[in-house]
Amino acid sequence: MAEKSPQELIQIDLAPPRRNWMNPAVDFDARRGTWSYPAAAKNLKYLGMPNPREWSPADADWKLPDDWKQTIHDGFKDLLKKYRSLEIFMDICVRCGACADKCHFFIGSGDPKNMPVLRAELLRSIYRQDFTAAGRILGRLAGGRELTEEVLKEWYYYFFQCTECRRCSVYCPYGIDTAEVTMMARELMNLIGLNINWILEPVANCQRTGNHLGIQPHTYKDNVEFLCDELADTTGIRIDPPINRKGAEILFVIPSADYFADPGTYTFVGYLLLFEHLGLDYTLSSYASDGGNFGLFNSAENLKKLNWKIYHEAKRLGVKWMLGGECGHMWRVMHQYMDTMNGPADFLEQPKSPFTGTVFDNAASTKMVHICEFTSDLIKHDKLKLDPSRNDNLRVTFHDSCNPARAMGLLDEPRYVIKNVCNNFFEMPENTIREHTFCCAGGAGLGNDENMEMRLRGGLPRGNAVRWVRDHHDVNRLACVCAIDRATLPPLCDYWAPGVDVSGVHELVGNALVMEGENERTTNLRDEPLVPEREEQDDV
Amino acid sequence: MGALISLVAVAVLALLAAVGASAGGGLRFVLGVIVPGVAFAVFLGGIIYRVLHWARSPVPFRIPTTSGQAKSLSWIRNNELEAPSGLVGVIGRMALEVLFFRSLFRNNRVELLPEKQKLSYIADKTLWAAAMAFHWAMLIVVLRHFRFFIEPVPFWVEALQNVDGFFQVGLPVLYITSFLFLGGLAFLLARRFFDTKVRYISLPSDYFALFLLLGIGVTGILMRHVEKVDVVQVKAAIAGWASLQPVAPVGVGLWYFVHVFLVSALLVYFPFSKLLHAPGVFLSPTRNLANSNRERRHINPWNPAITGHTYAEWEDEFRDKLKASGYALEKE
Repeated sequence: MAEKSPQELIQIDLAPPRRNWMNPAVDFDARRGTWSYPAAAKNLKYLGMPNPREWSPADADWKLPDDWKQTIHDGFKDLLKKYRSLEIFMDICVRCGACADKCHFFIGSGDPKNMPVLRAELLRSIYRQDFTAAGRILGRLAGGRELTEEVLKEWYYYFFQCTECRRCSVYCPYGIDTAEVTMMARELMNLIGLNINWILEPVANCQRTGNHLGIQPHTYKDNVEFLCDELADTTGIRIDPPINRKGAEILFVIPSADYFADPGTYTFVGYLLLFEHLGLDYTLSSYASDGGNFGLFNSAENLKKLNWKIYHEAKRLGVKWMLGGECGHMWRVMHQYMDTMNGPADFLEQPKSPFTGTVFDNAASTKMVHICEFTSDLIKHDKLKLDPSRNDNLRVTFHDSCNPARAMGLLDEPRYVIKNVCNNFFEMPENTIREHTFCCAGGAGLGNDENMEMRLRGGLPRGNAVRWVRDHHDVNRLACVCAIDRATLPPLCDYWAPGVDVSGVHELVGNALVMEGENERTTNLRDEPLVPEREEQDDV
Repeated sequence: MGALISLVAVAVLALLAAVGASAGGGLRFVLGVIVPGVAFAVFLGGIIYRVLHWARSPVPFRIPTTSGQAKSLSWIRNNELEAPSGLVGVIGRMALEVLFFRSLFRNNRVELLPEKQKLSYIADKTLWAAAMAFHWAMLIVVLRHFRFFIEPVPFWVEALQNVDGFFQVGLPVLYITSFLFLGGLAFLLARRFFDTKVRYISLPSDYFALFLLLGIGVTGILMRHVEKVDVVQVKAAIAGWASLQPVAPVGVGLWYFVHVFLVSALLVYFPFSKLLHAPGVFLSPTRNLANSNRERRHINPWNPAITGHTYAEWEDEFRDKLKASGYALEKE
């Protein structure tokens, strides 16, 4: 955990210095806690990516290839030809500053280069110098900069200090999306071997085993069985979920964290209870064992590679359509990239709920439905037996995860589900939810421990909003639909809003589901007593 | 520093025009006819080139930023203007963005009180208001200028003038848009000086565009209200130009030449600068695409060829472990 107390960390001056930003200087040694370790050579080698080596950003020598400048220049040229977004975003920013204080990393650090406009200028200044007439002639006067090693170090520092949450893009009058800019910068850095291990190791794992955590199929099965044993102890319901079963109607794809660690595991058993309750004809897959895709945080090519297995497995198993669990960036991939990259999924059928008959028109081509869409439709049609009072010990708020909110528009479905399975629901302040939502500050591959100070800083706006509902409404549970959130928000809440736990929406569903043949429930899925202790004392 | 350099640059441009025009005869023809002609050609050609250049780059992925509820289940109310599901919604969203600066309207300002551990987000529409005032005023001012270009003056120009001069103050009548134009620009400039964050991010080119536009506005107002330029002569000069039988303007003062020269500078500068945001916003992929990704497949012309890690390879690698755990296998 960070050494600084919240009171120390929050002493932030948002007023930038007077000196010119164009002179780069990042002292990695002095800024430990705010950057991520570089990718290990073995991972780059496994993936066949350039310049594998052992190095540290704190070293003076980054062991770059000799022709790195030319490589970046050529790579930039190539990206400009491939992405209209990049060309447009490089050309049209007017530096109005509307985005400046919209970034959680800027708010939490006061570092002016975390203003989205300046993050993009780190790239834009090189673009101007190399690719525009004005920049070639006027250089610095036109906002151009020479690409030096110092600039490159800035790229590494600041483009791995962006969680690609797209909040700035909501406020930009031209929709300039820093996530896109960051993705381009990371593509460029890949070319000369500047990448971080917290992204590349999961990518390498996922390529080999099917999931980021490198869980092999036997362990996968053991994990699932272990969780089902615990579930049986708590509820008396014995579930033996099908894995790699051919001919199932639905392939259920989830982020690997859900069957690996608390609190995601409670969400996992929530899904299983729901399917058991319904008698759903589905299967899990230990090959397509991660819908999450850290390729999104690395390169279009790796993104496509890791995503490829999903349709491949759906075809092999002969399912009709796919259902996806709660995961933010996974859903950006499933919604905005999968069909384009690995479609068309013409071997699947248009998703149709077997219980309500609802045809999911919005998934007509991709053939994949979000579990919150699926469940809210069930609740609307009164297909679930729910006892929301089983969540009465919880006072719940909902954190919109960046990608479902700003890359999908999935805002009301999870709220509808929560309101039907919980009696106590409270929204955080309006500038911090829905499309305005603040990031957990650990997305896009930055959720590692060495980066903890920056995560806590970037988590200040979210943490502060959680603190507000905690103080005003006694909120003690933060629900979300993202596996990265479930991993990164607990330390964040402990730090900025102690007393608030984090869970997935389907954990709350699992708590409320009244199952046939279940034990009399005295605890929820976490083995917490259903009756709040405070009330017990009142009764005495 | 950037501001100073830009101010000097604009002043030098103005001075060049004034000196050139006072040298008389031939240079007046150059400044009054050739320069604006060439500038207009560069402006038009430059923008067409730039837009075609943009259009040539593909849009590999459909990446709209959703700022509202998407269309999903029939009973969930979707927000077509913030997360459009189709073309009509996209047109609506773009219209709001282009005509009313929708996204800028969302703007707020963060206030941090460290001692109370309190973060607040305070609605701040000033940037939006100034941007709206300036851009709309500029549009109307440009349209008003059509009285110089078209004979007889079209009715809509007359109407625009009448509305704009509604208050009937001064002779010639003062236009509301003149104030909005200069006021908006002055505010945008003041932000760059006094808002520390905006000052920090401002480049010389940001000041240059503002000073240039201010110079154009001020010279225009001076011409109309102080010098009271002979409009008939101006019109004759511009009409000649428009009818491709150009004549050097006669009987007009130096302000006219300075004004025209600065406008020419703006036209030339436009396609090489951030002023491209005007055509560019129409091509912004986070705004001009429908959020219909799962409904209709989007095609990427350069979709990278990759070799996926197949199930068969995976089964081969973990065969023993799969067997030991009792998995059903494709190949025993």
